Amino acid sequence: MHHRTASQNSEKITYLFEEVNTALKTKFGADLLNAQIDYDFPVFEVSKSAVHDVLEFLKNDQAMVFSFLTTMCGSHFPEQGEREFMLMYQLHSLEKNQRIRIKTFMSIKDIEVPTATDLWKGANWMERETFDFYGFRFKGHPNLKRILNMDEMNYHPLRKQYPLEDGSRDDKADNYFGR
Amino acid sequence: MSNQENKIGQAFSTEISEQKDYSILNLGPTHPATHGIFQNVLTMDGEIIVRAESTIGYIHRAFEKLAERRPYNQITPITDRLNYCSSPINNIGWHMTVEKLIGCEIPKRAQYMRVIIMELARIADHIVCDTVIAVDTGALTGFTYLFQWREKIYEIFEEICGARLTTNIGRIGGIERDFSPTAWSRLDSFLKEFPKGLSEFQSLVERNRIFMDRTVNCGPISAEMALQYSFTGPNLRAAGVDYDVRVMNPYSSYQDFEFNIPVGTSGDTYDRFMVRMAEMWESVKIINQAVKNMPDGSFHADVPEFYLPAKEDVYSKMEALIYHFKIVMGETDVPVGEVYHSVEGGNGELGYYLISDGGRNPYRLHMRRPCFIYYQAYTEMIKGSMLSDAILTMSSMNVIAGELDA
Repeated sequence: MHHRTASQNSEKITYLFEEVNTALKTKFGADLLNAQIDYDFPVFEVSKSAVHDVLEFLKNDQAMVFSFLTTMCGSHFPEQGEREFMLMYQLHSLEKNQRIRIKTFMSIKDIEVPTATDLWKGANWMERETFDFYGFRFKGHPNLKRILNMDEMNYHPLRKQYPLEDGSRDDKADNYFGR
Repeated sequence: MSNQENKIGQAFSTEISEQKDYSILNLGPTHPATHGIFQNVLTMDGEIIVRAESTIGYIHRAFEKLAERRPYNQITPITDRLNYCSSPINNIGWHMTVEKLIGCEIPKRAQYMRVIIMELARIADHIVCDTVIAVDTGALTGFTYLFQWREKIYEIFEEICGARLTTNIGRIGGIERDFSPTAWSRLDSFLKEFPKGLSEFQSLVERNRIFMDRTVNCGPISAEMALQYSFTGPNLRAAGVDYDVRVMNPYSSYQDFEFNIPVGTSGDTYDRFMVRMAEMWESVKIINQAVKNMPDGSFHADVPEFYLPAKEDVYSKMEALIYHFKIVMGETDVPVGEVYHSVEGGNGELGYYLISDGGRNPYRLHMRRPCFIYYQAYTEMIKGSMLSDAILTMSSMNVIAGELDA
């Protein structure tokens, strides 16, 4: 049984944060763009060109062993220009019971990212879902096609410009609640 | 764990030869044996599956998109429809995510009540899974006996929140009402009677020769492969990894309770069945401790801008009326921030990743659905096995369409 108080917990997170921050800074230098603690999560923003190397390092390095990919997802911030699309990975070190989040931003013109399926088999469907929702191109993915939506769909529905209801329909205009 | 080979499926050879004729079998989308809407296109060599491809998304309802248009309290009913066999865990997981965002401390009593509710939900979830494994091996009797206990659990939920399956239980900030005397007495009689029912079922199935012949070595996965595929929950524990969110990152006072994390060894159908079986006993233990040590105090936190006021206050107090309207219309301000919170759902780590821009709806809500993540290993796990084993493997993984497709 684990008996940990909140303050011990936050101390532990600060320590972990410093540890990973130093390691990433030494290894990747300018590719580490930002590091902060968001609630109980150390969050590291890295440049898109380095994201695969960062994940590989965190997964395989003996001091890090973030060998478990908890989840990944995308998000869209249309007003952020060059930093319009965000991709985040959450890693878990089961040995040390520590979690971190890796983020990278990119513009719509350059939405190709190396796949993480070579590191984790489980990244396969996660990336397909992220592709389906936002249109990220995962370079090297063995089977990058839509997973939850139908293949014929011609847009990526979680991008912010698309309304909640099917964008290809024009028979449901609603002036009161908006569609 | 590390000296196991990377084992997954493969009892028979799956090499595809040019000389042979293979038949294509469409298992699903709707098939009575798959307990949900799953399509798998199987390439068959007689009875043996040599290749499989699954198609999902038949009940995709765009929850993540929907959530971006809904106020926080209106997202709870969406979460009901993820893993609908244990909706209360989804509801409470979501509430705790929002509570983390707004920095709300929950009274001990409410935390213990939540533990009782979540563990009851876990039992209900595992009853469904384990009895269905038995049904798929031909043992219908155990199912008919044990299912009454799921009914009793639903009667408790009904008394607590008014609903049975899609519960919408609890609120942001606590539970909607204290347990009534009826709820307590139903809970008491459940705790008294259920162990007898569970032992009875266990004795029918656990060492049954036919059951063991059908499930041992059926759809196995090694610990390493399970981790590669980001398995969590009973399916991962059946492969021998003792990862449980309740212990690794305790929430809602789970650190106060004494319980074990059952693990298996070979990650096959029998181990998955046994892990769930043992977890039900552990859940009973946790509920007993929570009932025995139930703290006094309030069943909700003092967060009037999120927690609906009592109806009589709404009619008699100005502030309560204002808050009532603000909550119902979803006009409460939330902090800007980014949180992830996960709970141990019936099927594994259920996580909510929430980005708030301070508006009335989440800016982005991503749900880490354990089913979605581990179901991708299914086609690998059934390769080289018989068709009837594929059915068993699916039911033992407890793939729930609602959680899979979101």
